[in-house]
Amino acid sequence: MSTLDIVLFFPFLGFLTLIFMPKQSPMVKQLALGISLVVFAISLLLIGTVIGHPEGYSFVANASWIDYPPIHYHVGLDGLSLWLVILTTLLTPISMLVSWKYIDHRVKEFFAFLLLLEFGLIGVFVSLDLFLFYTFWEVGLVPMYFLIGIWGHDRRIYAAVKFFLYTMTGSVLMLAAIIYLYNRAGTFDYTEILAQLQTGKLVLSSTTEHWLFLAFFIAFAIKVPLFPLHTWLPDAHVEAPTAGSIMLASVMLKMGTYGLVRYCLPLFPNAAHNNAGWITALAVIGIVYGALVALVQPNMKKLVAYSSVSHLGFVVLGVFSFTQQGLDGAVYQMLNHGISTGALFMLVGYLYERRHSLEISAYGGVATPAPNLAIVFLITTLASIGLPMLNNFVGEYLVLQGASQSSFPATVFAAIGVILSACYMLWLYQRTFYGKATESLSHHMPDLNTREWAAALPLLFLMFWMGIYSQSFLPAVSAQNAQTLSQMKAYQQRAQHIASPVTEVANAR
Amino acid sequence: MQLWLIPILPLLGFIVNGLLGRRLPKSAVNAIACGSVLVSFLWVLKSLMGLNAFSGGLTEPHIERYFTWIQSGYLNIGVDFAVDRLTAVMLLIVTGVGFLIHVYATGYMAHEGGYYRFFAYLNLFMFFMLVLVLGANFLLLFVGWEGVGLCSYLLIGFYFLEKFASDAANKAFIVNRIGDFGFSLAVFLIAMHFGSLDFGTVFRAVNGMPVEASAGWITAIALLLLLGATGKSAQIPLFVWLPDAMAGPTPVSALIHAATMVTAGVYMIARSSSLFLHSAHALDIVAIVGIATAFFAATIGLTQFDIKKVYAYSTVSQLGYMFVGLGTGAFSAGIWHVMTHAFFKALLFLGAGSVIHALSGEQDLRKMGGLRQYTPITMYTLLCASLAIAGFPFLSGFYSKDAILAAAYEHAPWMFWIGVITAGMTAFYVFRAFFLCFFGEYRGDLGGNKHGHGHDDHGHGHGTPHESPPSMWIPLAVLAVLSLVGGYLFNIPKYLEPLFKIPAEEAAWPWTTWVSIAAGLIGIASAYVFYVLSPSIPDGLVKAFSLPYRWIYNKYFVDEFYDSAVVDPIVDGSRSLLWRMMDASGIDGIVNGTGKTARGIGDLVRQAQSGFIRSYAAWVVMGAILVIAAMAINGAISGGAR
Repeated sequence: MSTLDIVLFFPFLGFLTLIFMPKQSPMVKQLALGISLVVFAISLLLIGTVIGHPEGYSFVANASWIDYPPIHYHVGLDGLSLWLVILTTLLTPISMLVSWKYIDHRVKEFFAFLLLLEFGLIGVFVSLDLFLFYTFWEVGLVPMYFLIGIWGHDRRIYAAVKFFLYTMTGSVLMLAAIIYLYNRAGTFDYTEILAQLQTGKLVLSSTTEHWLFLAFFIAFAIKVPLFPLHTWLPDAHVEAPTAGSIMLASVMLKMGTYGLVRYCLPLFPNAAHNNAGWITALAVIGIVYGALVALVQPNMKKLVAYSSVSHLGFVVLGVFSFTQQGLDGAVYQMLNHGISTGALFMLVGYLYERRHSLEISAYGGVATPAPNLAIVFLITTLASIGLPMLNNFVGEYLVLQGASQSSFPATVFAAIGVILSACYMLWLYQRTFYGKATESLSHHMPDLNTREWAAALPLLFLMFWMGIYSQSFLPAVSAQNAQTLSQMKAYQQRAQHIASPVTEVANAR
Repeated sequence: MQLWLIPILPLLGFIVNGLLGRRLPKSAVNAIACGSVLVSFLWVLKSLMGLNAFSGGLTEPHIERYFTWIQSGYLNIGVDFAVDRLTAVMLLIVTGVGFLIHVYATGYMAHEGGYYRFFAYLNLFMFFMLVLVLGANFLLLFVGWEGVGLCSYLLIGFYFLEKFASDAANKAFIVNRIGDFGFSLAVFLIAMHFGSLDFGTVFRAVNGMPVEASAGWITAIALLLLLGATGKSAQIPLFVWLPDAMAGPTPVSALIHAATMVTAGVYMIARSSSLFLHSAHALDIVAIVGIATAFFAATIGLTQFDIKKVYAYSTVSQLGYMFVGLGTGAFSAGIWHVMTHAFFKALLFLGAGSVIHALSGEQDLRKMGGLRQYTPITMYTLLCASLAIAGFPFLSGFYSKDAILAAAYEHAPWMFWIGVITAGMTAFYVFRAFFLCFFGEYRGDLGGNKHGHGHDDHGHGHGTPHESPPSMWIPLAVLAVLSLVGGYLFNIPKYLEPLFKIPAEEAAWPWTTWVSIAAGLIGIASAYVFYVLSPSIPDGLVKAFSLPYRWIYNKYFVDEFYDSAVVDPIVDGSRSLLWRMMDASGIDGIVNGTGKTARGIGDLVRQAQSGFIRSYAAWVVMGAILVIAAMAINGAISGGAR
């Protein structure tokens, strides 16, 4: 039993414990929070090993789960998945803290579902068996469906179903592709399929590769979400409880972008290249479109949701630039978006708990009664719009730098998104925090309390750390990406019937 | 040399005041804010002396590398600082003038709420400005560039209870972002073509290229950098934010929006002179943007009644001069003007602040007048500044402006003549403000307790105008001395000769010098005639030329044009076309339509339709479990059979 197994299954045990506890048990929240904190602490132990050895998988466990078809419990951690796992284990306790007072009915189930969600999300990031990956993909879906459907706002059912159906549509396509791959390769094991493809033992015709790529890609693109598959996101966010929005934006969307980097690029490099044109176009459209629509939202959560569409567009743009900088930036941006947008949803939640409205027009002048809330919101806003020395800048810069090498026009349009992000966020900030507060607003607007600070501080801290000293995080990511790129290149050269060593090819520049 | 101490000291001031300032007494806040900048200034002096910067040394940059900031593939961007003579000049201006303005602000802001917040922001600004001039690569320059923009945003919006203040803050940030858009694209191109963002590497590579063979992309880089500079340095077409930025407290206008931050664009172009010298087209455009802005802003300055607005347009106009210097290849003359402008324009703003302070917040020149009897020190110091900006012989502005105009004449005579006309207008409008303020009779409400309507929301409710406290007039006096002798004492072109070659040696007093002196004197004289001798003339002129006057008075309606041509279409289009039509009706319409159809079919198939919402989930989960189970059983069976 490796550390990784513990990190993965401890939340699941927690879920089971909570579910089978008597209904009126005291200390449910404390127990759940304790579990998630322990998981977080243990997950920190993963960092050293992976950083020391970022290209290959660490903490590998490979055991037979189902004999036939041969589905394995095959997990491992590398430079790509490491930080996403840490992000998940960090945001779970934060989501619990945020929900402490907010959730007042069916408390036990709520916290149990958060633990189940954590289990599913970690599972997605560490699976090395395609069927296992698919299973976790679905496991994550269920608690989120209930988080929205039970604890959401008025139109929660509509939003939950929409969320579910959208994701399921993609999942089904992906499942079909996985089963097809199994039929061809005789295994669900990702590393083995990859090896077969790279050694030429398994050869996909370009048409087959194209369709398989698309099946995976659509599943991931819905999750990202990539324009025009994004319309489930604003609804899901607006209806979800704060913790649901945080987990959804911070971690769940990354399932899609992670999938692109983990599966679409290495498994189908030729198809990825051939389809990069329109995907880049959609990413750029999403960046600008998401920003423009965010600009005119009267509802805070919708605004942040559309801003996510815009931000995630950068990630896709970076991935499909196939450059070191673009990929590094994309992965870094996954983490950054998790931190800063998670923080934004948290802060919007704080406002909602005080004023019981998500309409921007219900606010104004909050900075006077709640100066600390205003400062934290400001720092988060600045992080979100990519101010240097805060986290997003590093990612956005690398993505755009990488993209400029593959398509300068795309970069120009994407950079317009950077202008627009300042417009919608600063306008939101002005309308919410500046101006004179009305009597009733001041009355209902206490400043941050200790629990709220506790949930916010780690995120603030990371915004600065990741912005100023990216060297703590980036090298592991970079090493893994360099490997992905060189594998892609080798694969493509082989596909072009040019003899070339599989092991090493200088990185694309 | 420990260069990092230079910016870190103000940063520490920011952190201490920002975190604890609310609980500290004002004297402690003052000591931290001013002290950190003073020590930083002293450290600049010590470092520069250590590098022999004042004794013929520092002809090559001194570089210190601290740690890697971003590393990805071929890109390695370090947190590295470098000092050469250009940086040395900027460091001295920023910390020196910055310190004086900090001291002044302790007096000016004494009665304001949010005292500690103000000084925390001011210190943060110093930090970013120092990073900007110390950074040894384009991305670090960009850090400072964005950082000063942030502080500008925070300080313009300092009176955030007022909507005009937060509007102005947003406008400043967003307009600057448009410029930054250009800057960042330039950075991408530089990294792409040179494989590095280090100044040393990039400029060595550029200098190694023959000028004749310079490629189109160098022009592209230069023009994109210029776009960035037009934002930060308020040039056409992005100057619109600066006049509005006067909503901030007056010390901010002096420090950020006159002396230091707005000259960042000039610094950046001078820093990238190698690139610009490889693109004659780009240089030409720099000069044309500069001269057009100088002229255009000066005309607006002629008509404004808000004293800070007059000086704001004057700043835009003077920055235009600096761009003319850059664009005509006289980079060092441009930097010279950065320095002298820092002296006299900071003084103009601080003097204006002193007047506003004296009048409890009044900013309208029409409600001033006769103040020389109440505020003599302010008057004399403002006189020094006004003479300096008017190019009065031997004062600071004279030297730098003359150097720029001489270069302009070499480059293109028409540019020189427009520059001369602008110089005349400049002299006219600063003295118009001066006379309206200090001469004639006091037109305000004596003994009244009115809160000024001025943008700078600065009222204490005293009646009679009063002179400012020593903490305010001492910095004024120091700046007045610098405005008088700064140009003569500090011969910047000579000092910067290792970096920028001085254009052609010219005669000591060519006729162009006499022409520009004359223009200045005519401007001053006509202001005297118009506003002291016979104040009815301006009204008559306004009536005679009412149409062009209204056009100019309303700033050529540029703001209105941008609003209706850019802002409104974007907002309205996003709302009605993108959001309501495309997103809600279009995409979601299709999605929901599909959903309905599917559900319709589902209804036909299924008899019972109760609780279908949750059953979706239940079915999916059960389905998945069944599939797995079936496979497992199947596997078990076949495994058993094997």
